[in-house]
Amino acid sequence: MHIPDGFLNVATVATTAAVSAGGIGGAVRIVGKKLGEKQVPLMGILAAFIFAAQMLNFPVAGGTSGHVIGAALAAILLGPWAAVLIMSCVLIAQCLIFQDGGLLALGANIFNMGIVASFSAYYVYKLITWLAGNARKSTLVGGFAAAWVSVFLASIFCAVELAVSGSSPLGVVLPAMAGVHALIGIGEGLITTAVLGLVLATRADLLQLQRIRAGG
Amino acid sequence: MKSKWWLISLLVCLAVACISPLASSSPDGLERVAEDKGFLGLAGDAPYQVIADYVFPGIANEALATILAGIIGTLVLFGAAYGLAWLLTLKRRRALA
Repeated sequence: MHIPDGFLNVATVATTAAVSAGGIGGAVRIVGKKLGEKQVPLMGILAAFIFAAQMLNFPVAGGTSGHVIGAALAAILLGPWAAVLIMSCVLIAQCLIFQDGGLLALGANIFNMGIVASFSAYYVYKLITWLAGNARKSTLVGGFAAAWVSVFLASIFCAVELAVSGSSPLGVVLPAMAGVHALIGIGEGLITTAVLGLVLATRADLLQLQRIRAGG
Repeated sequence: MKSKWWLISLLVCLAVACISPLASSSPDGLERVAEDKGFLGLAGDAPYQVIADYVFPGIANEALATILAGIIGTLVLFGAAYGLAWLLTLKRRRALA
């Protein structure tokens, strides 16, 4: 879902860049205050894993592929603010080194796949584990739902940005983006659940570490 | 063993990068929509290229070039995010020391 340059108009580029810069600033402040010593290497591992996993495009219907975003996994393990930082690292490196996602569109890509995906995943996961208890099953079900919602919602924001920029009418681009990402979201859900299952089996303590929230 | 969990995890990430040539080369969701709805042509090229499209330049074997790009990216991101997290917690660790 990396937006290349040329799809967004100046107003959308400026707005999303400002919001993402603010989001990263907030994340730096909150993560700096709350990140535990044990969580420092986990930040590196999650960024490395998300980068590698994003290279693995899996086929979905009709000659289309998708790849994970990874924000849900990061948000579940470390909280939404740390996830925003991790996703920003990944997206900045992909933009600067790998020419994936435009330079001017970087703010929008961080907004969609960093901020929107991380926070939506985090709150969906919280809601489901709060409703269903903190058992292994609810962690996995919550992880799947959180991952699916994060992809779906990010694609909706992406479609709105494209429509506002005049690249394509909202009535055309919104259903198209939402439809294909509803499928890609299933892949995100399966991979997120598989990794969470692996973490639960090997390092369940990582899930018990305090997640980083504002306040509290 | 337990203190080295991140080293094992990093090796797993590198292994994931090494299977990247198996990835589907079909356009992704956004690219497909842009093509179908007729606005893919708006996309501009990057002003410069480093390891464009995850293919390390100058290597004839594309699978190898992709694996190399994946390994470089995985290591860069481990270092960048680890370093960032380390820097952000530096002040607090100094205060404790």
